[in-house]
Amino acid sequence: MSAQSVLMEETGGRAGQELNTRALHADARRESLRLLALLSPSLLLVFAIVIVPIGWLFWLSLFDETGALSAANYARFFEQGSYIKTFVTTFKVAFIVTGACVLLGYPLAYMLSQLPRRAASICLIFVILPFWTSVLVRTYAWLVILQRKGLINSWLMDLGVISQPLSLANNLSGVVIGMTHILLPFLVLPLYASMKTIDTDCLRAGMNLGAGPTATFRQIFFPLSLPSLASGVVIVFVLCLGFFVTPALMGGGKVIMWAMRMEQTTSLYSNWGAGAALGVVLLVVTLALLGLFQWLLGARATGVWSSR
Amino acid sequence: MILSIAPSALPISMRRIEKRFGSVAVLRDLNLDVEAGEFLTLLGPSGSGKTTLLMILAGFVRANAGSIKVGAEEIITTPPHKRNIGMVFQNYALFPHMNVFHNIAFPLKQRGVAPAETAERVEKALELVKLQGLGERRVDQLSGGQRQRVALARAIVFEPRIVLMDEPLSALDKGLREHMQIELRALHRRLGMTTVYVTHDQREAITMSDRIAVMNGGRIEQLDRPETLYATPRTRFVAGFIGESNFVPVECRNGSVWYEDRRIHTAAPAPSSGQHLMVVRPEKLRLLANAEPASGVNVLDATLSDVIYQGDSFVCYAVLRDGRQLTLRDYCRSDVLAKMPAPGQPVRLGLDAQDTILVAAD
Amino acid sequence: MSEDVGLPISHRQRLWLYALGGLVLLFLIAPSIIIVIMSFSDSTLLQFPPQQWSLRWYQTYFQSLEWRDATIVSVKVAVMTVLVATPLGTAAAYAINRGTLRFNGTINALLTASLIVPVILIGIGTFFLYARIGLNNTLTGLVIAHTVQALPLVVLTVLSGLRSYDMNQERVARSLGAGRIAAFWQVTMPQIRFSIVSGALFAFITSFDEVVVSLFISGGETTTLTRRMFNALRDQIDPTIAAISTCLIVLSIILLSIAQVFGRRQ
Repeated sequence: MSAQSVLMEETGGRAGQELNTRALHADARRESLRLLALLSPSLLLVFAIVIVPIGWLFWLSLFDETGALSAANYARFFEQGSYIKTFVTTFKVAFIVTGACVLLGYPLAYMLSQLPRRAASICLIFVILPFWTSVLVRTYAWLVILQRKGLINSWLMDLGVISQPLSLANNLSGVVIGMTHILLPFLVLPLYASMKTIDTDCLRAGMNLGAGPTATFRQIFFPLSLPSLASGVVIVFVLCLGFFVTPALMGGGKVIMWAMRMEQTTSLYSNWGAGAALGVVLLVVTLALLGLFQWLLGARATGVWSSR
Repeated sequence: MILSIAPSALPISMRRIEKRFGSVAVLRDLNLDVEAGEFLTLLGPSGSGKTTLLMILAGFVRANAGSIKVGAEEIITTPPHKRNIGMVFQNYALFPHMNVFHNIAFPLKQRGVAPAETAERVEKALELVKLQGLGERRVDQLSGGQRQRVALARAIVFEPRIVLMDEPLSALDKGLREHMQIELRALHRRLGMTTVYVTHDQREAITMSDRIAVMNGGRIEQLDRPETLYATPRTRFVAGFIGESNFVPVECRNGSVWYEDRRIHTAAPAPSSGQHLMVVRPEKLRLLANAEPASGVNVLDATLSDVIYQGDSFVCYAVLRDGRQLTLRDYCRSDVLAKMPAPGQPVRLGLDAQDTILVAAD
Repeated sequence: MSEDVGLPISHRQRLWLYALGGLVLLFLIAPSIIIVIMSFSDSTLLQFPPQQWSLRWYQTYFQSLEWRDATIVSVKVAVMTVLVATPLGTAAAYAINRGTLRFNGTINALLTASLIVPVILIGIGTFFLYARIGLNNTLTGLVIAHTVQALPLVVLTVLSGLRSYDMNQERVARSLGAGRIAAFWQVTMPQIRFSIVSGALFAFITSFDEVVVSLFISGGETTTLTRRMFNALRDQIDPTIAAISTCLIVLSIILLSIAQVFGRRQ
């Protein structure tokens, strides 16, 4: 047979070197370069607009006003009361807003996941439309609704519930309401998507085994939805930390959050070092929270979360 | 006839193909020759490297080393669209945004064939796969079998030198699959293109192929005609993968073969020494009458444990002295059935020397 | 037993859930509806429901040169962002989908970086960079900055389209004689075009609605609509903005509907 005769001939002539490796290697390289060429415009843009300026700001934050290398820009955060107050406010708002998003978002996502397909997709429009409406438009709407002579106050006064208008806008409550409204879809959409994938057979099996609806929910559905709830919480919290538009417009100058502080230090006082330092810490906190979550999610795979 | 035949068929010669994914070697020093106009099947379990080899042949996967020659031309670094190889995928990969006609005309359009000739050739190809008049159908209006035929027509309409098929029938139900096996075979006879076919179904491979390359762990274990593969498997893997087999351990001493204290006769010269396995096909095994058998028949003493009647045939399960179970299959002839011992009784099983195959124990 | 096909829990037992969910949905949608209604009010006081109806705020919007210029700038920037981000993002998604490059993880992280990095930081950073290279207050600068914001959305949308597309089709096209580019245009592109259109729409909305970065890098003749709105809102609650907001809401509805229609066809 020809195959065998050739085989023997080849075995006899083998010198250990492989055939065409160089040509194949070059071919593989060309292919990689082609793919890289497809990627490079995007990568270059992101590198130039995101990475380079942030690196630059980081560098700036290491020098004080006289141009000497110092940690003054960071030390300031612990020394000046106004900075500490900003951080406290920011975290306070972030906690309240995240909590509100969970309280409002979880039942909504749960309801959507239990509704028939058609009804759910109609209700979903109510979540997606605000999601894709400008943050400015939504903040403006809340300003109109919550202001002194706004919708809520005039209704409450007409009903005789209150005699003096409540101050709802231009303070913490306004900021919290506005931000909750804006960030709620970030929690609801992924949570709903993951709840849809929870196997109803699992729940039916639970009920079949004698668990009541409440117990089934608590022992089966809720633990299964927990990972994506956690990821929603992290996303909302992280977005809160860097939020600018709503606190700037609805805080009435009284609620100074992290991002506003950055804007003020750089635009108003042109103190780039201080502003940059704020940015660096914000980025580090953001990445740390995301990293921590990733780590927890990894741990979940080994059963830490599911064992509860 | 436009779809002309054999002259365009070319042999393929693959030499020392190496493929690694990361540190995992998928193909190791693989050599394979496909003769011009041959229907060759790569048969193996999943993970044996058969699909990878086909993808390397088509140019979708790059080997780490090796040579592929089609005729005299080296194609290992030729991009897929210049290889002139027709390909049929497992899921057919028909273009859903084109109708049947445009799907089949696609390769002709790429080659700048004039519209009139294109129409004529597509019509011929449709005729060949028995889909006359379905050119205007949308792909999603076709049945599974029809899609399969369109994919086939598309792969041969441009008269490629080679046609590759990656488990093309696995998505069809059993009846249709068997029908298509026969039709594919007939089409191959008629057009005579060199065909490399991948499957994990040994029955399909045996039905269709001129030769079968049995692959395992990134190597070709044996390359032979189907009947040779069945009659004389060279490795335990091939014996186990093609057809049903019982394995009985035997020992070779000074050129003779022993099972326990019984000498085993083989038609082929026996290996001089070492542990081997005797491959016993169920249908080659016979129930012996008590009389001493003719010479050249190997005898195994066993105890019958069960008999299962299957209408036209029956299966016996017998246990050897060392506890090893053997399966025996035979047709239900009245003389055999009349002498059938009851389960629990000792039986003597006979195997002709010419059906006694030895493979290395691994 | 219950009539619910999904689970043996009756709708009645869930009434409280539907009530709560409904309230949250109301909370989400009410502000938009209220703004749309108010924009047709005749009064400067933004009462609800309005006592008198009129189109005066729309007239103010369309007749004001400042608002009109700002709108034109925003449209221009958004269109150009779409034109840049869509092909770039599609190309990147295609390369990522191949998944053969060694640093795929890093590349992914880099491309989606602008979703993770706080926008305020990008705003300040971009302003700082543009100050050195003279791109502040230019259309080019805005388009580049918005492209970076829109890229991750285009990449993710097209990538999800590619993931549900059978790459064997492109392979088979190549084996049938089509070169790389021909195979992409004739076979892959027609089948992922709805994802690409969706990505383009998202890019448009992203650019058109972008506030924070524009606040830093746009100004003068290139003041975007959102920047002008932001500044106006800092001073007072101008009812003209209700009219503009209504226009923006309608724009979102239109773009989302197009995306929906395309999504369903895919």
